[in-house]
Amino acid sequence: MKMKVICSICALLVILIISCQSSDSLEFNRYYAEGSVVYQTHCQNCHGQHGEGLNGLIPPLTDSVFLRKNSDQLPCAVMFGLKGKITIGKRLFEGQMPPASGLANIEIAQALTYITNSFGNKMGIFNVEMVNGDLVKCR
Amino acid sequence: MKKPAYLFLGFICLCACKFNSSNKTLPIYGNRTAVTKMVNGQVVNDTTYATIPPFKFVDQYGDSTGSQNLAGKIYVADFFFTSCPSICPIMQRNMLAVYKAYKDTPDVKIVSFTIDPKYDTPPVLKNYAEKLGVTGNSWLFLQGNRDTVYRIAEKNFLVAVSKDSTAAGGYVHQGWFVLVDKQKRVRGSYDGTDPKQVAQLIDDIKTLKAEPAAAGK
Ligand code: HEC
Repeated sequence: MKMKVICSICALLVILIISCQSSDSLEFNRYYAEGSVVYQTHCQNCHGQHGEGLNGLIPPLTDSVFLRKNSDQLPCAVMFGLKGKITIGKRLFEGQMPPASGLANIEIAQALTYITNSFGNKMGIFNVEMVNGDLVKCR
Repeated sequence: MKKPAYLFLGFICLCACKFNSSNKTLPIYGNRTAVTKMVNGQVVNDTTYATIPPFKFVDQYGDSTGSQNLAGKIYVADFFFTSCPSICPIMQRNMLAVYKAYKDTPDVKIVSFTIDPKYDTPPVLKNYAEKLGVTGNSWLFLQGNRDTVYRIAEKNFLVAVSKDSTAAGGYVHQGWFVLVDKQKRVRGSYDGTDPKQVAQLIDDIKTLKAEPAAAGK
């Protein structure tokens, strides 16, 4: 009898853990999938299908170290644009990225989840709460 | 009774296929006019085709460059501006494939006309070309008089461009790559944002190169 109760509690716990995990990865998958669409329509023309950029004109999105180090700046860069000198993958770029006009915070979060988990990057979810928090600190 | 008909059909198909693969010629675009002239005392009917009119602009090196530098050359033309946020990066990414295929072929050139000559001065164009990885004279970036560029774009290259403050970057324009032959006639127009059409363009240049020099003249 006791055994049975313990067993069913254990089973319940296992189910709970699995479902929590899968709801986490479910959220990630949603962000990532929608992010790929946002990327195709708003970023791919410049940064390329594989995040390769365009020679010396547009930087690639493959510099994981840069992305990780500057992750809290990324929402501002996408929302308000970016210009001036930056070093990406040991190469110097001095271009200008226009502001992504008309993108909602959630779309920025989705696009960032997509790029930071594609092209060889693996940073996990970039959710809308993170984007909201970073955006109020834009310079 | 029926056999000869089938044979005949088969023969036609064969001819059609063969014609397609080995004798491919590219169409000639633009208005044409029939002219009747006298050659050696005989009346001959001839056709003259629309050609790209003479122009003289400045290239990324600050040198005066124009139609006389392109005489007797096959070239691909497109219209762009360096600060273009929309389709230009895609176009230039695809144009790089054309550049790579023909950069060492002296009689094939690429000519990119800026539609924002106020901002795109020769030093700006040179900087842009360098960042794109373009050196030498096989891909020219030309700055010209605004009205002249717009006029030849629409009238001769058949590409629509215009200034529009509501469009991203301030201009609307179409991403066509226009193929011009050695006799200055437009022989093809390809969507510069579509890698498949650009691959076709690279192929069609080969066809054009193989064309006898006097064809249609
Ligand atoms: C019009 C072209 C263009 C578009 C569209 C564009 N970018 Fe950029 N992006 C650039 C350029 C140019 C830079 C470099 C700016 C500089 O030199 O300061 C850049 C820089 C970046 C960087 C930082 C540098 C790097 O390579 O990691 C990130 C991240 C980025 N862009 C993400 C995006 C995202 C996400 C989108 C879509 C929402 C987007 N970009 C759309 C041109 C563009």
